[in-house]
Amino acid sequence: MSTAMAHALNEGLRSVMEEDPKVLLIGEDIGRLGGVFRVTDGLQKDFGDARVVDSPLGEAGIVGSAIGLAMAGYRPVCEIQFDGFVFPAMNQIITQLAKYRHRSEGTVTLPVVIRIPVGGGIGAIEHHSESPEAYFAHTAGLRVVSPSSAQEAYDLIRMAVRSDDPVIFLEPKHNYWLKGEIDRAATPAPFGSAQVVRPGDDLTLVTYGALVPTAVKVAAAAAEDGRSVEVIDLRSLSPIDDATIFASVERTGRLVVAHEASQTAGLGAEIAARVQDAMFYSLEAPVIRVTGYDTPYPASRLEGDWLPGLDRILDAIDRSFTY
Amino acid sequence: MTDDLFSLLSPEGVLSDSADASVDLRGMFSDMVMSRRIDTEAIALQRQGELGLWASLLGQEGAQVGAGRALRPRDVAFPTYREHGVAWCRGVDPVSLLGLFRGTTLGGWDPTTNNFNLYTLVIGAQTLHAVGYAMGIVRDGDVGTGDPDRDRAVLVFLGDGALSEGETNEAFVWAAAQNLPIVFFCQNNQWAISAPYSVQSRVPVAQRAQGFGFRGVRVDGNDVVASHAATVEALEHARAGNGPTLIEAFTYRRNPHTTSDDDGRYREGAVTDDWTTLDPIERLRTHLTGIGTGEEFFAGVAAEEADLSERLRAGCRALPDPSPESPFLHTYVDMPADLEQQMHDHVEYVAAGEVDPA
Ligand SMILES: Cc1ncc(C[n+]2csc(CCOP(=O)(O)OP(=O)(O)O)c2C)c(N)n1
Repeated sequence: MSTAMAHALNEGLRSVMEEDPKVLLIGEDIGRLGGVFRVTDGLQKDFGDARVVDSPLGEAGIVGSAIGLAMAGYRPVCEIQFDGFVFPAMNQIITQLAKYRHRSEGTVTLPVVIRIPVGGGIGAIEHHSESPEAYFAHTAGLRVVSPSSAQEAYDLIRMAVRSDDPVIFLEPKHNYWLKGEIDRAATPAPFGSAQVVRPGDDLTLVTYGALVPTAVKVAAAAAEDGRSVEVIDLRSLSPIDDATIFASVERTGRLVVAHEASQTAGLGAEIAARVQDAMFYSLEAPVIRVTGYDTPYPASRLEGDWLPGLDRILDAIDRSFTY
Repeated sequence: MTDDLFSLLSPEGVLSDSADASVDLRGMFSDMVMSRRIDTEAIALQRQGELGLWASLLGQEGAQVGAGRALRPRDVAFPTYREHGVAWCRGVDPVSLLGLFRGTTLGGWDPTTNNFNLYTLVIGAQTLHAVGYAMGIVRDGDVGTGDPDRDRAVLVFLGDGALSEGETNEAFVWAAAQNLPIVFFCQNNQWAISAPYSVQSRVPVAQRAQGFGFRGVRVDGNDVVASHAATVEALEHARAGNGPTLIEAFTYRRNPHTTSDDDGRYREGAVTDDWTTLDPIERLRTHLTGIGTGEEFFAGVAAEEADLSERLRAGCRALPDPSPESPFLHTYVDMPADLEQQMHDHVEYVAAGEVDPA
């Protein structure tokens, strides 16, 4: 039976809550409403309101108290309602959550997960389509992951909750309703590893989250032109799985990186820098980025053109082959 | 409803003797009706797929029109995303309220024309902007001069949920410490999406002001006359240099939070029905009828309402789609060269028509 990604997250959360009584959820509207995307649907009914806490309307409060709960031995999973509303919590995330383990010389670990629906393409109003991943990836002490499918969502949320490091868990809302089979008994790939979604020999296309299904379509379209594109889903945005990317680029000699977030100082820049540093002599062409523009996320009537899509990624692939 | 509310027009339509006899009751009635019409029309447009989302004000017309009509032209309002009635009172073209929800704009109107700022979606953020603006008024010397053409104040709107944000609490601290000309107008509609007020606080909204060192007033938000009187008084107090007030307009959000919310999951329809009987418009209609207001007045309002709905429907569909270069424009005062290049490439790309199917 195939499962939507949002439901896979719900199942994953339910399973870790059953396994570990120290796991609890905190967020706005996550109880009776089940969250605005229904990811926590039914959990308060089954686990009670001490384990599924409808918080006051304050993101600093959600994250800050999760830090304290973690210090007291709990494993809080926070829900931030939308990407654009994580910013009131940034102080707690960046100055406290990310640094406390280091400051305490490893004596205090903070197993806090912060779940954030991210990205655009759903026709939302402002502040509901942001891609804040680079802020987090830039901050040492945080792990940043983003599933793109139901299976990954199920595995990753379970690993995130069990992780002793703080995890920023970015849920591409565009993929919430994408269905896929879940193998609940499979041994998941280790935390921090990328995944080759589609093998290929001529060019490596690296992406994550919402754009993974697009990238697979891109590869199919490129195949019609006789080009074999390997698609890599990063899954882990910090740390980045260099080995998987390098091994692919070693074979293909070409790399395109795609993401929705704005270009400047985004993850694409980071990956390009790593690859040119380590793989300079393997590259046949410069690393090319296909990203959102360096503008505010536009009014939704424009997002179809603004977001990197099939054509823009195919253009980038063509360009790579001009070298 | 609790008894400690300041009220002037009872649910039965009886107006207290202490109400200011000079207030324009007919104007208030008309403004409430138009506000509601904007709301019902926008909900219909959302259902027809013309708007992506709408945040309804149903039930809050009394609070909004009462507050909105208390503003003088030089006062400045900072709204959330639900203050359609205040926007109406401020003279903002109601069609321009639709763009944000239709996805054609991130703003929609010039905030300086009517001293009505852009809607704020990030809960609580506007409370600090209002504080800063009030600091500007103080520095300009436009407070406490006694000259009604000079003294100004700020009226900032927030919901009961917004009281929990750190930023709102910082705004209270600053406003109090600097004795700023500001009125915080909190529509306690008792819900922050699915969270009842008890999730945010154990004391009434108005009572919280005291802890910060300024006045809190609790008013029946379904009573437009009382909401107006309380706001007039608080703005006067602020303009005179006597500092901030927190007004709690106690009311109820009768519709779901937005058109995408499912309030059946978290509240009882029966309570909503009770609040329907406290409707702010019907209450004033009863009063106006009771004092002998003629049918021609109500017919006039109805005709104006019909015009407004025509205007909204046509206006909504006529809202222009933004141009492909619009996200790039106004991002900076001077566009950096690399952004200009991105814009150029993008416009060319869009013109080539290689648009992905949605
Ligand atoms: C900082 C922030 N967090 C979360 C949200 C999501 N959100 C939108 S409206 C809302 C409830 C607001 O309740 P309240 O302040 O009482 O205002 P009301 O909607 O009742 O007018 C929430 C949680 C947001 N917009 N901004």
